[in-house]
Amino acid sequence: MTANPPERATVESVELRIPRKAEWVAVARLAVAAIASRMRFTIEEIEDVKLAVAEACTNAIQSADGADQIEILCETDDTQLRVTVANRSGSGVAIAPPPLAEDEVRIDGLGVFLIRSLMDDVEYDAGPETGTRLVMIKRLAS
Amino acid sequence: MDIKVNVRETDGETNIVELAGEIDVYTSPKVKDALGELIDRGVYNLVIDLEKVRYIDSTGLGVLIGGLKRVREHGGTVNLVCTNPQIKKIFDITGLVKIFGIYDSEDAAMKASV
Repeated sequence: MTANPPERATVESVELRIPRKAEWVAVARLAVAAIASRMRFTIEEIEDVKLAVAEACTNAIQSADGADQIEILCETDDTQLRVTVANRSGSGVAIAPPPLAEDEVRIDGLGVFLIRSLMDDVEYDAGPETGTRLVMIKRLAS
Repeated sequence: MDIKVNVRETDGETNIVELAGEIDVYTSPKVKDALGELIDRGVYNLVIDLEKVRYIDSTGLGVLIGGLKRVREHGGTVNLVCTNPQIKKIFDITGLVKIFGIYDSEDAAMKASV
């Protein structure tokens, strides 16, 4: 008698595409927060996801050339929320953000630092075919 | 999504900047301009009231850090009023609690900036 294989969790996905403009970041973070609120996340965890998504979108706005859209893919199952934030630039090569005014402070890395602090797993890659792509996972407490 | 900025003068040298709304990549330039105008006018002691701020991201933090850097060049201070646990958490995670004075009330922040 053989054991039954473990049941695989059903993955449901939602895809959102926004213009690569600052004013649309709020729409992305609120949409993903609404998805997270359908799961068993606490209010604090939903706020974490919201900020992480916003930081990823801001990063996509500031660091990629050529792309005019940001794609946000949310995949949920019984255990986690997986969010992919990507842009498909012509070259896929991240370029330096525009120079800051004299009185501004360079805070490169603060957004990525926040994402890594707030989410359970984070992966980032950039390439000619894929553009820039950030994948982050928030797991539900078991 | 918007941010409202209300600047109040006090009897002393400190101005109170009351922010209400969400500070993100879209709205933070408005906050930056408001702080910049005050500093350009020679106001170097600021209390920034975040009690009505529902959300702040790294661009908002960057604007606050930029303001702090500018006033410090003139011996000034930036004290924050914040009791929202989620926003305080962001200051904690980033270590900015060690850079800004963060207080539970305007009175406490004002006393600290004298």
